[in-house]
Amino acid sequence: MRKFVLPLMAGMFALSLAACGSNAEETTAAAETTTTAAETEAAAEAEETTAAETEAEEEPAADVSGTLSMVGSTSMEKLANALCESFMLKYPNVTATAEFVGSGAGIEAVTNGSADIGNASRALTEDEKAAGIAENIVAIDGIAVVVDPANTVSDLTKQQLTDIYAGTVQNWSEVGGEDAPIVVVGREAGSGTRSAFEELLELEDACAYSNELDSTGAVMARVASTPGAIGYVSLDVLDDSVKALNLDGVAPTEENIKAGDYFLSRPFVMATNGPIEEQNDVVKALFDYIASDEGQEIVKSVGLITVE
Amino acid sequence: MVGRVESILSHHGSKSTVEKTAQVIFTVCGFFAVLAVASITLYMIVSGTPAIFKVGLGEILFGDVWQPAAKDPSFGILYIILTSIVGTFLAILIGVPIGVMTSIFLAEVAPKRLANIVRPAIELLAGIPSVIYGLLGVIILNPLMYKLELMIFKGSETHQFTGGANLISAVLVLALMILPTVINISETSLRAVPAHLKSASLALGATHIQTIFKVIVPAARSGIITAIVLGIGRAIGEAMAITLVSGSSVNIPLPFNSVRFLTTAIVAEMGYASGLHRQVLFTIGLVLFAFIMIINVSLTRILKKEADNE
Repeated sequence: MRKFVLPLMAGMFALSLAACGSNAEETTAAAETTTTAAETEAAAEAEETTAAETEAEEEPAADVSGTLSMVGSTSMEKLANALCESFMLKYPNVTATAEFVGSGAGIEAVTNGSADIGNASRALTEDEKAAGIAENIVAIDGIAVVVDPANTVSDLTKQQLTDIYAGTVQNWSEVGGEDAPIVVVGREAGSGTRSAFEELLELEDACAYSNELDSTGAVMARVASTPGAIGYVSLDVLDDSVKALNLDGVAPTEENIKAGDYFLSRPFVMATNGPIEEQNDVVKALFDYIASDEGQEIVKSVGLITVE
Repeated sequence: MVGRVESILSHHGSKSTVEKTAQVIFTVCGFFAVLAVASITLYMIVSGTPAIFKVGLGEILFGDVWQPAAKDPSFGILYIILTSIVGTFLAILIGVPIGVMTSIFLAEVAPKRLANIVRPAIELLAGIPSVIYGLLGVIILNPLMYKLELMIFKGSETHQFTGGANLISAVLVLALMILPTVINISETSLRAVPAHLKSASLALGATHIQTIFKVIVPAARSGIITAIVLGIGRAIGEAMAITLVSGSSVNIPLPFNSVRFLTTAIVAEMGYASGLHRQVLFTIGLVLFAFIMIINVSLTRILKKEADNE
């Protein structure tokens, strides 16, 4: 009998620990989400009714058919796949495919006409624009640099941040803080946040990490609990457990990123050969879909900032 | 009489069907484990070998640069292999003496009432999920280690500070995790030592402690070795707890370095890995698999030899 009871007790202990972890805030948040979900559902139903009513008039819009091909940036894989999937659900007669070979190759493909859309996780160059490629920014990727809340440093320049991650600066006193070692926290190889961060600082595979963690949550937890730690996370997960640094004097906010002042951000471009109006119906439908509330939700759901 | 004979013979057909069906069911169940082992082995070999041909076995096993997502990627796992070996060895070095002493305490020394408190505590330790060990390591062990690190490497120019996520933390967590396995199996084998050996030793004038170390422990040797083997198996295969406390950067396994084990190397990067990177992760799995197989087979050999010698 005891043999049975003990593992059971262990299990219950674990459960109660887990229960302690979830705080009241989360519960309210969950409750709120449920209400919003219910509301959205109701709204969606209402929309469906209107859609059904107006369907007779707007027949062609819902009846787009054909193929759509995207080629380009590997960083945009999550966004492109999510968009293609839900776009195909909405327009069952459309086949959308996405390939991920790099931003440069994507622009190349759309220029020579082998793809409808070229994905690039950077702004287009003047040469590319001169060749008639339209820069359609669909989302912005922003990364926040975080330190533990007790850290006295609140601002880093691009050079200081680069030096810290390259391992040449190892003490906070060298960048205007207290005399404490810097614990460099980062993500694992293959992570989109890591590749974006290293690309923007031009430190591809040259970062001297002392902790390589495999999720955003782990980075947040490690930075929050380790004095002197520095880490990077995507902008949408920031909370009070860590302190987000200003970079070159600019705070990591959506407004600043949209204004282009915050350097740890990059545009996600879905480039077309000529403006969107000149494209075929499928491409036009895709951009309309991205601009719709549904499309904007998808952009947010993969951790990106929307562009109005 | 006739009626009875008939009654045995009359259901002969259905009876033999039941017998045969039961036999088939037992055989199928018996081969289920064999099938599982065989298919896992096959799967690991099939999915782990392509990368070996593409990258080269020497390059993977003896390369010391792990940059799987670089433009010109390199997949050297030498430091990862060394970390697994060193980490497991140190965990055994700490965990086994404590475990064996505890089992001697439980089997020989402890008053019954005290043993009845200690034993359930150890069983409880075995039941705690590994992720809980990891969480406690993050909350308690890492900050302590960081303080120690700050003291030892104060003013050091060359040391990279890890915030306490290092090899020692991982080893301590592993040592704690193998304790229940080592204790339970050693205790069972100590209790299985025939009572007359102990009586004879005591009768010859040996003290209780002399009897324990000169008679009972040597007699229970094979059981204790089994306990160590299973402890090694648990330590080398553990991922969840140590991925939280070890820092997970690929480094030489020095005490205060952030390190990555074979298991955590797979867990850490499986999420976003693709193409050759993903295949190499399967190769790491194959290496881990080979390790455990080699340890199991060689130690079973040693055990058999000893049993034959006795």
